[in-house]
Amino acid sequence: MNKKPKKYSVFSLIKNAFTYHENWQPAWRSPEPKKEYDAIIIGGGGHGLTTAYYLAKNHDLKNIAVIEKGWIGGGNTGRNTTIIRSNYLWDQSAALYEHALKLWESMSQELNYNVMFSQRGVMNVAHNLHDVRELKRRWHSNRLNDIDCEWLDTNQVKKFCPIINTSQNIRYPVLGATLQRRAGTARHDAVAWGYARGADAMGVDIIQNCEVTNIIVQNGQVTGIETNKGKIKSKKIGVVAAGHSSVIANMVGIRLPLESRPLQALVSEPVKPILDTVVMSNTIHAYVSQSDKGELVIGAGTDSYTSYTQRGGFNIVEDTVTAIVELFPLFSRMKMLRHWGGIVDICPDASPIISKTHINGLFFNCGWGTGGFKATPGSGWVFAHTIANNEPHKLNEPFSINRFSSGELVDEHGAAAVAH
Amino acid sequence: MFLINCPYCGERDQIEFTCGGEAHIIRPKNPPDLSDDQWADYLFMRKNIKGVQFERWNHSNGCRRWFNVVRNTATDEIIKIYNMGESSPTIKGNEPKTPSGEPKIGSGNISTTFEKK
Amino acid sequence: MSKKISFTFDGKKYFGNEKDTLASALLRNGVFLVGRSFKYHRPRGILASGSEEPNALVQLESQGFTEPNVKATEVLLYEGLKANSQNNWPSLKFDIGSVNNFLSPFFPAGFYYKTFMWPPGLWKKYEFFIRRAAGLGKSPKENDPNEYEHVHYHCDYLIVGGGVSGMLASEILRQGSNENIKILLIDQNNELGGNFNYGTEQRIYTKGIVNGDEAYSGWIQWLKNHIKKYFNLKILNSTSVFAYMHNNYLLAIQNIDPQISPQNKTLRQRIWKIRAKKVILATGSFERPLVFDNNDRPGILLANSAKQYMEKYNLKLGKKTVIFTNNDSAYQTANFMFRTGIPIECVVDLREKINPYLQKLMDIAKIPIHFGHAITDTSGWLRIKSIKINKIDGKTNKIIGKAINIDCDNLLISGGWNPNVNLFSQSRGKLIYRDLDGCFIPQESFQNEISIGACNGTFELENIFKEAYKKLEHLINPELLFNKFYCEETTYKENIKTIWQIPSSKPLGKTKMFVDFQNDVTSKDIKLALSEGYRSIEHIKRYTTTGMATDQGKTSNVNALGIISKISNRPIEELGTTTFRLPYTPITFGAIAGRNIKDFFDLERTTPIHEWHLKRGAKFEDVGQWKRPWYYPIKNENMQKAVNREVEATRNGIGILDASTLGKIDIKGRDASEFLNRVYTNAWTKLEIGKCRYGLMLGDDGMVIDDGVTSRIGKNHYVMSTTTGNAASVMSKLEDWLQTEWPDLKVFLTSVTEQFATISINGPYSEKLLNKLCPKEDFSNNNFPHMSFKEINVLGISCRIMRISFTGEKCYEINIPSNYAKNLWEICFDLGKEYNITPYGTEAMHVLRAEKGFIIVGQETDGSVTPIDLDMSWIVSKKKYDFIGKRALFRSDTIKKGRKQLVGILTTNPDIILEEGSQIVEKITKKPMDMIGHITSSYYSPNLKRSFALGLVKGGLDKKGLKMFVPMINKNIEVEITNPVFIDPSNKRLIA
Repeated sequence: MNKKPKKYSVFSLIKNAFTYHENWQPAWRSPEPKKEYDAIIIGGGGHGLTTAYYLAKNHDLKNIAVIEKGWIGGGNTGRNTTIIRSNYLWDQSAALYEHALKLWESMSQELNYNVMFSQRGVMNVAHNLHDVRELKRRWHSNRLNDIDCEWLDTNQVKKFCPIINTSQNIRYPVLGATLQRRAGTARHDAVAWGYARGADAMGVDIIQNCEVTNIIVQNGQVTGIETNKGKIKSKKIGVVAAGHSSVIANMVGIRLPLESRPLQALVSEPVKPILDTVVMSNTIHAYVSQSDKGELVIGAGTDSYTSYTQRGGFNIVEDTVTAIVELFPLFSRMKMLRHWGGIVDICPDASPIISKTHINGLFFNCGWGTGGFKATPGSGWVFAHTIANNEPHKLNEPFSINRFSSGELVDEHGAAAVAH
Repeated sequence: MFLINCPYCGERDQIEFTCGGEAHIIRPKNPPDLSDDQWADYLFMRKNIKGVQFERWNHSNGCRRWFNVVRNTATDEIIKIYNMGESSPTIKGNEPKTPSGEPKIGSGNISTTFEKK
Repeated sequence: MSKKISFTFDGKKYFGNEKDTLASALLRNGVFLVGRSFKYHRPRGILASGSEEPNALVQLESQGFTEPNVKATEVLLYEGLKANSQNNWPSLKFDIGSVNNFLSPFFPAGFYYKTFMWPPGLWKKYEFFIRRAAGLGKSPKENDPNEYEHVHYHCDYLIVGGGVSGMLASEILRQGSNENIKILLIDQNNELGGNFNYGTEQRIYTKGIVNGDEAYSGWIQWLKNHIKKYFNLKILNSTSVFAYMHNNYLLAIQNIDPQISPQNKTLRQRIWKIRAKKVILATGSFERPLVFDNNDRPGILLANSAKQYMEKYNLKLGKKTVIFTNNDSAYQTANFMFRTGIPIECVVDLREKINPYLQKLMDIAKIPIHFGHAITDTSGWLRIKSIKINKIDGKTNKIIGKAINIDCDNLLISGGWNPNVNLFSQSRGKLIYRDLDGCFIPQESFQNEISIGACNGTFELENIFKEAYKKLEHLINPELLFNKFYCEETTYKENIKTIWQIPSSKPLGKTKMFVDFQNDVTSKDIKLALSEGYRSIEHIKRYTTTGMATDQGKTSNVNALGIISKISNRPIEELGTTTFRLPYTPITFGAIAGRNIKDFFDLERTTPIHEWHLKRGAKFEDVGQWKRPWYYPIKNENMQKAVNREVEATRNGIGILDASTLGKIDIKGRDASEFLNRVYTNAWTKLEIGKCRYGLMLGDDGMVIDDGVTSRIGKNHYVMSTTTGNAASVMSKLEDWLQTEWPDLKVFLTSVTEQFATISINGPYSEKLLNKLCPKEDFSNNNFPHMSFKEINVLGISCRIMRISFTGEKCYEINIPSNYAKNLWEICFDLGKEYNITPYGTEAMHVLRAEKGFIIVGQETDGSVTPIDLDMSWIVSKKKYDFIGKRALFRSDTIKKGRKQLVGILTTNPDIILEEGSQIVEKITKKPMDMIGHITSSYYSPNLKRSFALGLVKGGLDKKGLKMFVPMINKNIEVEITNPVFIDPSNKRLIA
C-alpha cells in the first residue's frame, strides 16, 4: 500500500542530514503492472503524468496506470527548452495555455516539489514590419483576453535586455517586441518527477520500461493493451505518446494528421548570470534563455522530414547558433556544451489534438509540436476530464480531431509569409 | 545531413532537398462526391510511419525534380529511390521489432537491414 | 634550453616553456591549486592532461578576448597569456563559497527540488542567489574581435587520432593504396604521437625495403616524421573531431595558430566539414580515476597524465609521490619515475599481486608496494598532505585492519582505462560491456567505419599492431606494402581489479567520494538518487547532474555506472550507457556561425534600380530577403508627410514604383490554360491572347495563399506574377502539382523574376508619359485597354507592357530585361518631370491599394481566409468541376455563417489612425472581452483627408454601418464598419 509521502521542506532536509540522507523514501514506487486498471495512460512524459495526476485528483478514478516504454520524462519533457508562456493569438489557444500558466504558478506548492518556475518574462522580438503587425495583433488579443502582455519599442527592448543587439544597421534589426512578464522557464525534469511523485502518492502505478505492442479493441470498444510485460486490461486508454502517437494510432488503424520530426536544442557551458529573460525570435529563428545552472539554453528549428532518430541536420543547429550570435554578438566566444534532439509531432495547424476517437474509450492527446512543455499541467487537466467524462472539457472542445474535417482549424503558425 | 542519391544529379547532401511527405497520396478525382471526412483524410491524415516509409522528395536546390524515396525513418537509412509515377516497390526486411523500434533504453542504437524481394 | 614564455595566472607573472600547455606551465611553477568546484567550492588542481580535465578550468584573457571555462590542459602557452581562476570570491585560496563544503550535508543531490518552496512568492529571491552561486566563468561582455570560418573537405579515408594506432593506420593505408587515394589524419594535439602508455620499451621490427629493429620510443619518433612526407596524406593538428553524423559526415574544429595570442591574429578557429568514404577511429582511451574518500584534492593526478607531464614536459610534480592503482598501467609511471630519478614513496595496489615482470622492475627500483590495500581517506586543503591506507579483504572488498598514515604531496591514481568511444557511439555503432576490464567497447559498426587501438579496447602494443593490419587488410593491396611492422610480444597481459567504490571506514553518508569532480557529484549522491527511486541511468544523471559538466563526463560516466551497478545490484550491461551526443568537446558559437554573421547573415536581394533608390535617399523595408524602398523622404520630411506626398502625386500626376520584386513565372506548353484552370479559382481557357487576368490561388484547404495578374502572351504561353514573399513557394508548389499530380499536362515553368524588372507607372498622366516614351505606339483605352498586354519596343528594347493596376489609377507596368531597367527608370523620370512624376515606396503603395480595397496576401489573409471571406466570390468559378481548394470551400466550417469577413473600417474621429493588429469588439466589457475581428491595414489617406482601415470582422458583411469599438490601453476608439472600397468604386479612374 502507499504510504503518504513525507513532505519535502528545509526542515526535512536538515533532519535527514543527520542520518546522512539514508532515510528518504522513493519519490515513486516501481510496481509491476496489475491485471486491470480503470484507466491506462500510455506515455509517461509530462502530459501523461499530469493526466494521471488529475484523473486521480479531480475525478473519481483511483486505479490508474501510466505505461512508459523508457523512463518517465525521457521524451520531449526532458528535451525541450522549458519556455512557458500563454501569449497565443487565438482565443481557444490562449484560454488553454493561460489555464496551464495559472497551474504553473502554484505547481511547486501543489506538488511539494520545487519545479523552479521562474517568471522572468518572455520577449518575442519583431524584425520587420510584418512581424510588428503580427506581434501587435497578438498583443492586443492577449490584452483583451486578460493575459498579461506588453509591447516594447526598440529602446524598451534594450532597457529590458541590455545585451541584445539593437543596432538598426544589422541585417534584421530589432523593431520591437512583445513581453509577457508572467512567462518564463522551469526545471523540466522536476515537472515529470514532481507529478510522478504526486500521482504515485494517490495510488497511480507508474510502470517504466514497459512498451505497448498492441491495443485491443472489441466491438468498437478498447478493452486493454498488450505490452512487453504482458496483457493489461482497461476500458479507458489515453494515449499521450508525443512523437510516437502515430505508431500507437497505426495499431488500431487510426490515421492522425501528424508528422514526427526532429527538433534540436543545445546548451552552452555554464556562466554567471548574463541573460535574465527569455528571448524568442521567429524570423531569424533563435530562442535563448539562461538556466539557473548558468547554461544558455537554445532551441533550434525542426527538420522538414519525418524522423524518429532523435537527431537532425547540423545545418539547423548552425542556423540557430548563427542567429544567436547575430542577436547577441557577445556570446560569440561561448561554447556549445551539449546538443540533443527530440521527436515532435506536428499538426497542420500547429495546434494540439486532445480528443475522443471513433473507438470507445480510446483518447488521444498529441500534436503539441514544438510547444507542448508550457501546456503540461493544463493538457493533463483537460485530458483527464475528457477521459473521465467521455466528453471534452470546455477548454479542449476546439482541439477535437474533427476540426480537420470541418475546417475549423486553430492556426497558430502566425500568419503566412509576408507578401506584397 | 544524410546523403540522397538524386536520380537526375547523383549523390547530394540532404540540405539540397525538400521532403514532400508521404508518397502515393493521390488527389481524388471526384472531390465534390467526397464527405468532409474523406477530404480531411486526403488533405491531412498521414501514416507517419516509424520504420519503412514511402515518401516524396524534391531536389529543390538542384534540378527541382520530384522523385520517390523509401526511407527507414527509425534510422534515416535510404533503402530505395524510384521515379514519380512508378508504383511503390515491395520492401522485405526486418521491421523494427517493437513499435518503438528501439532496443534497450539508453543504447540509442538500431540496426536493421532490408532486402528487396 | 627552449624559449621562456611569460604568462599570468590570477595576476601573478610566471614563465613556462615553448611546448607547455597552461596546465604544464602551472605545474612547472608549482601551482597545484587552479580552481574551485561548482557546488562546494572545493579547492581543485589539475587531474588530467587533455580534453577530459574536469577541474582546471580558467577564464582566459579579458574584454572581447575573454573566454570562460577553458581547460588549462587544452591551452597551449603563448607569450602574454592571461588566465584567471573562476568561481571564487574573494580569492582562489580563500573562497567564501567554500562554506558550502561544510554545509554540504544539507546540500545533497537534488536538494533544490525539496526546498525554497515557501513562501511561494519568495522563489524569485531564492533564485537570484542560486543563479549567482551557479555558473562557473563569466560570459564575455564585449563583441568578439576574432573571426571564424568553415571548410568543406572530401576524402577517401579519414583517420581520427594521431597516436600510434592512427599513424600506423595512415602508413598502412598510404603504402597499400595507389597514390590517388586521399587520406586525412586529424589529431587534437599540436604534435602527433598520442599518449600510448603500455610497454614503451618494447621492440618494433621493420621488414621490407628497410629492415631493422628499435625500441618503440625511437620508432614512433621516426614514424611521426616519416608520414609527414607524403602529399596524399593531409595532417591537421590542434584539431578535434566533434561530431560524427549521417553517412560519414564528420565535423572537426581546428585551432589556428594556438601558440599565438588571440590579440595577434584575426582567424581563431576553423570548422572542417568532412565527408569521408571510410572513417578509421583511433581515438585512444581515457584513464579513469578511482573513487575513494576525498579523492579530489589538488596534487591528485591521473597516473598516466602525470607521466605525460614528467616525460613530455620534463616536470617534477612532487617530493613525495604515492601511486594508487588497480591495474598495471600505473607501473609504467612508476618505472619512468624510477628511471628519471624521481622518488616514489610507495605504490598502493588493490590487487593481491602483480605479474613477475612488473614485480621484478619494482624490486629493482626498490619501490614498496602495499598489495591488497586501498586509500580510504586523504587530507590537505589546498594541496594533498597525507593519505590513509587500509588493507581490504580480497573477497568482500571490506576494510580489515588498522589504517596506516602516509605523508605525500602528490598522489597518482589509476582506475583502469575507458576506450574513447564517443565518436563511435555518435555514429550509432553498438557498444558492448567487457567485464574483464570494466569498459565499453565497440561491438557493431553502423556506418562505414573501423575502430582500432585503445578506442577499440586494444591496449597492448603488439595487439595494436596485429589489429591494425588485420582490420585494414581488406582495404589495401598487400603487395604494395613495402614495409611491414611487427611488435615484440609483451610478457604480461592486462590485469585489473575493479572496485567501483573504494571502501571507507566511515559511513557512506559521511564520505566525499567524487565521481563527477566538476559538478561535485559523490558516490553518496548516486546512492541517494537510487534510494529515492531514480533508477534509470538518465534519471540518476539528471537528478545528480553527474556527467553533465563541461568535461561531459569523460572521467565520470563509467565510474558512475559502476557505482550504480554495485549499489542497485544490477549488471552494468543492463544499465546501458547514456547516449553520446555531439559535440565531443565544447565548440565556440562563433565557430559554428563562421562567416555567416553581420553582412553575410542572410542574402540581401536588391532590384536593378536599387542604386537609384539609394541615391534618392529612400528608406527601405525588408520584404523576405528583398530590400524594397519604403518611402522617399525629401529633406526633413517625416514618414507620414513623405507618404502623403507620394500618394497625392500618384492620384494627381504620376507615381512610379519599382515592382521588380514581384515573382514572375513563365508558363509554356500545350496545356498551359488547363493548368491555370486548375491552380486558380477562376476560368482561363477563354482569356484572349494579349489580355490579363487577376487570379487568386488557394491551398487545397481552401485558404488563400497567393494572388497576382497573369497575362496571356500566346496560345500556349502565359506570364504569371506572384507576390514578392511567395514567389519561391508558389513556384515550387506549381512544380509539385505538375510533376507529381498531373504529369500528363504538357506545361513548362521558368522563373523569370530576376530576368525582368518591373516599372509601374501610375496616375492620370501615365498615358502621356508612355506616349513620350514610345511616340509611335497608341496607349489609349481603345487600343490598349485596362487588363491588356502588349510587347512593345521601348527605346530599342523589347518590353512587355501590361495595363494593370494596383492603385486604382490608370497604370502601365513595363517589364524590361533587368540590365536596361535602371536606364529606363531614369528616362521615365526625366520625361515625367512635367507631370510631377514621383517615386513611391511600399508604404504609399499600401495606402493606394487599400483606398481601393485591394487585399495584400499575408496582411488581409493569414492562412485562415477564403475568397468568400474576402467578399471575392466573383472570382470563384461556379462552372469548373474542380480546382485546387474548391472542395474545401464547402466544408461545414467554411460555409458556416459568421466567419470573419473583409470590411472597411472608419473611426468616428477621422484623425485617429488605428493600429494594425488592434482588435474589434461590439461592446466594451470587463476582460476577457469578446473580440469579433481585427484591423489588418490602417493608414491616413490624403485623398480622403482622414484615416481609414481594412479589417476582418465576424459576419462583417452584414454589419456595415454598425458602430464598434477598438479598445486600446487608455481609450476605446469608436469605429464604423463600412464598405472596403473608399475611392472610385466604379473604376472610372482606372479606365479614364
